Amino acid sequence: MNFINKNKSKLRLPLFAFAIVLFSSCENGETQTVTTKSELVWSDEFDTDGAPDSNKWTFDIGDGTAQGIPGWGNNELQYYTDRPENIVVQDGMLHITANKETFMGATYTSAKILTKGLYETKYGRFEARIKLPWGKGLWPAFWMLGDDADGTVTWPNIGEIDIMEYRGQQPTITHGSVHGPGYSGATPITKSYELTNDRFDTGFHIFGIEWGENYINYYVDDVLYNQITPADLPEGANWVFNSNQFYIILNMAVGGNFLENPDLNTVFPQTMIVDYVRVYK
Amino acid sequence: MKTIHKIFSKITLLIFLVAFIFLGCEREISGEAVVASFSSTADVFIDSPVGMGSDFYFPYAGSKLTAWSVDENEAYQGTASMRFDVPNEDDSNGNYAGAIFRIEGAGRDLSQYDALTFWVKASQGVTIGEFGFGEDFLENKFRATIQNTSVGTSWQKVIIPLPDASRLTEERGMFRYAAGTQATNGFGYTFWIDELKFEKLGTIAQPRPSISNGEDVTVNTFIGVKINIDNLNQTFNLGNGQDITITTAPSYFTFTSTDPSVASVNSSGVIEINAAGTAVVTASLNGVEAKGSLIINSLGSFSFPPTPTRNPDDVISIFSNHYTNTNVDFYNGYWQPYQTTESADFSVNDDDFLNYTNFNFVGIQFASPTINLTSLANLHFNMYIPNEVPSNFDFLVTVVDFGPDGVNGGTDDTRQQLFVRKTPSIVADSWMTFEFSLNGLTNRNNVGLLIFENINFSSLTNLYLDNIYFYN
Repeated sequence: MNFINKNKSKLRLPLFAFAIVLFSSCENGETQTVTTKSELVWSDEFDTDGAPDSNKWTFDIGDGTAQGIPGWGNNELQYYTDRPENIVVQDGMLHITANKETFMGATYTSAKILTKGLYETKYGRFEARIKLPWGKGLWPAFWMLGDDADGTVTWPNIGEIDIMEYRGQQPTITHGSVHGPGYSGATPITKSYELTNDRFDTGFHIFGIEWGENYINYYVDDVLYNQITPADLPEGANWVFNSNQFYIILNMAVGGNFLENPDLNTVFPQTMIVDYVRVYK
Repeated sequence: MKTIHKIFSKITLLIFLVAFIFLGCEREISGEAVVASFSSTADVFIDSPVGMGSDFYFPYAGSKLTAWSVDENEAYQGTASMRFDVPNEDDSNGNYAGAIFRIEGAGRDLSQYDALTFWVKASQGVTIGEFGFGEDFLENKFRATIQNTSVGTSWQKVIIPLPDASRLTEERGMFRYAAGTQATNGFGYTFWIDELKFEKLGTIAQPRPSISNGEDVTVNTFIGVKINIDNLNQTFNLGNGQDITITTAPSYFTFTSTDPSVASVNSSGVIEINAAGTAVVTASLNGVEAKGSLIINSLGSFSFPPTPTRNPDDVISIFSNHYTNTNVDFYNGYWQPYQTTESADFSVNDDDFLNYTNFNFVGIQFASPTINLTSLANLHFNMYIPNEVPSNFDFLVTVVDFGPDGVNGGTDDTRQQLFVRKTPSIVADSWMTFEFSLNGLTNRNNVGLLIFENINFSSLTNLYLDNIYFYN
């Protein structure tokens, strides 16, 4: 998520894809083929109240200092905890809550969970059904990082796939991106998707990718809105998504480079509610 | 939208069937079997007014009646827009522009929409005071207004969310506006509005209603007092992430009192004090709890000041329900920047009282015209100090004669100072009567101002006044 967005929406789909998108908005017209992989291989339905399932998720705790990246590399303001005030499963949903409170020297708390070391894989369809928070300075994400081979490979060479990133001050827009060597930080390969007559904080939406050899397709609900392939990379850049094993991350950051910091009008607490995370092959 | 239509048609069908069954023995189905529903037309003005009838434009009192017209040379879309010519502040035909647009005939069902929207631009960058809807000059029940919209010289879209669409099933007030020249040094300008219509945007969310400006306000009061809950707002987050606050009529809210035997509250947001005690009045809007409350601290029965007995022929009254008051310009001039005094005037059983809070000084002006006190050389007023008299109490009343020029200031003003010092007769929670001779004011045929003030660092902050009059 080292991602200073430039708001450029690169149109990388061939023309026929546009036609499909247009058709999909017609009620009885042809339906777009959004996904092809349907064998469920891993999921968390968040059906057991309490802390997240420790067989599936591990925590990142703190403000990044212990990891050598204070502010998690993006000048983020939150301190991640595993307390129920910040992360809990209840009523069949995972709740990640950002609070405004003084805690361990930080002014906000939140949570971040990862499948690192517990579930890592290559290729598949990864999706989550999420109701997002709202307000300036809130930065929830559903994303993936490549394995670092015990620290011997560093970001961005490990690869990063951002399935959903969102700015609380833009409640109708989500962003899907990849970061790798030569296309990271401020210059990822990215595209935004804007809902019409709806927003991401008033109901649940499905955020997903279908990832295979030399492609990553991005979709929201039943709309395929982008495909990223090696052809989209800067000249000479390496496609780092055909070899590495990737793990899944859910978190909510507060403030940071990707967006502005919260202000007095930002309402706290804010909660990102996740109905499920599923992986299909 | 489709679902709503479907449900509605099902309800219609159901009622139709029920009616059919009930009326089955009649010779024909009664016309009453058709559900009375109101038009859900969205458009208000596109290239001309839509479904408004012919008699729909009702200007506010004092505004320029001819401010509105249809302009066929300007349009955001189509062939025409509405043009509003805001007059200069010295225009003798009205010094601002403002009106309601009320449907001539039955109201509309707006419950399927979430916003009134339009495109606007102005002849220069301006801040326009009020845009809204829901005012019909009848009950004005569902008035909703956004304040101080910044309007530039190119077309921009304005969104006014409906505070609670489910309440708007029969609304005639389609649009309202008020535009003055406070921000343009008194000079007029023109603005245009086009594509005025109700929409279902689907991007209006996060309702945050509030009363009393979102604060918990304590009010010390008495049996018989009626208090209007004010500063009612609804705030939404728009699709662009911006918050917008709508000044919202009481009828959108549902009010609750923790103890109606102490303070009851009606659907119009009027609180009536019934007994001594404490009650908290809160509200909700469309199921969302409103921020803010009124904490009613009823001190019990109100003691009234002595009823004036002087012959009205010997009196010029400034503030009393027992005499006809002379023309008063204001009871609280709010002289910036030094005045802190606010007004919380109230009525008990239709008897009115001036209540100055956060008091330091206040002026009551009655200079239109000034009054002649040549033969009425005395001042009377009643004062009540709630709770306690501050130990450093020191109070001054000043009567000002404006002189031959009849205006405050200049070189011919004269004044008499009347001191109210702290004595054992200055007591709290009881009406006191003060009477002063004005013989020290030699010229008193152009009296126009009374000033009440704390002096010598007196910390009196709260007082009631009544029966302020001059007498022979």
